[in-house]
Amino acid sequence: MTQITPERAGTPTGVAEEWVAPEPARPPAWKRLGTFAASHWLALYAGLILLYLFLPILVTILFSFNDNAGRFNFVWQGLSLKNWANACGVPGLCDAMVKSLQVAVLATIGATVLGTLIAFALVRHRFRGRGPTNLAIFLPMATPEIVMGTSLLALFLNLGMQRGFRTIVIGHIMFDISFVVVTVKARLQGHDANLEEAAMDLYADEWTTFRKITLPLAMPGIVAGALLAFALSFDDFVITNFVSGNEVTFPMFVWGAAQRGIPPQVNVMATLMFVIAVTAALLALIIQRRR
Amino acid sequence: MAAAVETETETAGSGRTRSLLPYLLLAPGLIWLLVFFFVPMLTLFQTSLQEGSLQTGYTLTWRVANYTEALREFSSQYLRSFAYAGIATVAALLLGYPLAYFIAFRAGRYKNLFLLLVVMPLLVSFLVRTLAWKIILADQGVIVSALKTIGLLPQYGRVLATSSAVIAGLTYNYLPYMILPLYASLEKVDPRLVEAAQDLYAHPFTAFRKVTLPLSMPGVVAGTLLMFIPAAGDFVHAQFLGTPSQYMIGNVIESRFLVILDYPTAAALSFVLMLTILVLVLVYLRRVDVEEVL
Repeated sequence: MTQITPERAGTPTGVAEEWVAPEPARPPAWKRLGTFAASHWLALYAGLILLYLFLPILVTILFSFNDNAGRFNFVWQGLSLKNWANACGVPGLCDAMVKSLQVAVLATIGATVLGTLIAFALVRHRFRGRGPTNLAIFLPMATPEIVMGTSLLALFLNLGMQRGFRTIVIGHIMFDISFVVVTVKARLQGHDANLEEAAMDLYADEWTTFRKITLPLAMPGIVAGALLAFALSFDDFVITNFVSGNEVTFPMFVWGAAQRGIPPQVNVMATLMFVIAVTAALLALIIQRRR
Repeated sequence: MAAAVETETETAGSGRTRSLLPYLLLAPGLIWLLVFFFVPMLTLFQTSLQEGSLQTGYTLTWRVANYTEALREFSSQYLRSFAYAGIATVAALLLGYPLAYFIAFRAGRYKNLFLLLVVMPLLVSFLVRTLAWKIILADQGVIVSALKTIGLLPQYGRVLATSSAVIAGLTYNYLPYMILPLYASLEKVDPRLVEAAQDLYAHPFTAFRKVTLPLSMPGVVAGTLLMFIPAAGDFVHAQFLGTPSQYMIGNVIESRFLVILDYPTAAALSFVLMLTILVLVLVYLRRVDVEEVL
């Protein structure tokens, strides 16, 4: 799509070839600003939306350095490193972080194994019941989390099952599976099944083919699926809220603290996780570009 | 979305079949989903027809009145949920479409960087992001005083604790889920088609309306679903940015289940929420015939 660039906008069309005349008087600044905005409005709009997306992130990071007095962290009172120096100073916060990590690691392992197996079956095998299988994978992604959380709670209540660490992991594996399947499937569909047939033609048995060809090719998809599962599990609040019993994960800690006033250490933890995740993402982007 | 799932099914790989192997691969995951997704739905339904009290315990009596009573009592929260989610979805579409368009057609080699920027906010904890809006929209904050200065807000007016704050929060938190599918479908639009339209003297806007927009409809459909479904069941935004008079059906379900422990009512409300969303999604997918729009 051709759009009017700022240079062309100022040039009278048709006389471009003998354009040697002295520059005409520059239009006033507001007019130039207007022309610039008119030809770049889309970029400006995109910039504004990105600013909107980042405003709360910047505020979160900034308020982790707030020199707040008392329990509340709503008004800026000056720069300080005290919350960072005392990151675990709030009782329960770091325990909650550790709990979230444990849940996320277990849920990621479980969901990645179960989801990858399903993805292999869907892409590499013919079988009856493909439609229902796809539907079973799709439905959890199309169901509101609150419905999944409340139905799990109903199940555990009816079974008289104690809610806690175990039930959180069970729930997280459940909603993570579909995301792993979709991610791994996309990767497996991207490469050629002929590669595997070639290996078999060269007398590799099925297990060797799987180990030497299929698995390495699928690995980026499996890693991506696992990372997605980890991120979703680590930050899950809605389902956890219904099945956690007395167990406190990081989001549960924030939810509980929000009733009384959020300590700035929560911002410290959020900032820390953000920095780690962004660094990892940027590294991945750079490695991808190198290849 | 359901259609997309179906169309991918035919691309089965090699012909080698071992009748049992695929089922062995499927079994563990599907059994997990059966036991912890599908069976719980049935228990939720069963719980919604129970009768009793917390002291005496609840027993299944097929009491359908749970539904009529719950709906009568909480109809306003129920309707509010769908109104808020609907408004937020439209707002996110209007905010997100130009950004997705910019990334797909104008970002050049910085595409991946821009996509990363869109996803990055999701790396800050969902609850913390929402609480940050509480700081931004605070009564003594910059935005509120600016709005008062230009007269858009009366002297003692507030932004927090209003419907606008809750809707703005919903719009914000689910915006990336809208932008990504929009981008995915815009990215697939062949720029030569747009050029062809302009060569045939279509005004750029006409070319957009007749070519780009219809071709991006799958993204619009996927984005609105990805956003509307979680937004309709949300209870975090009304809790953090609103007051009880902004409460959505999610808040009622949450407090009935976890605070008041009135399980049958909560289960009935949750079940109705799921059915309504299912019906809305089906109607929507049927009405928006992706090829025929515009």
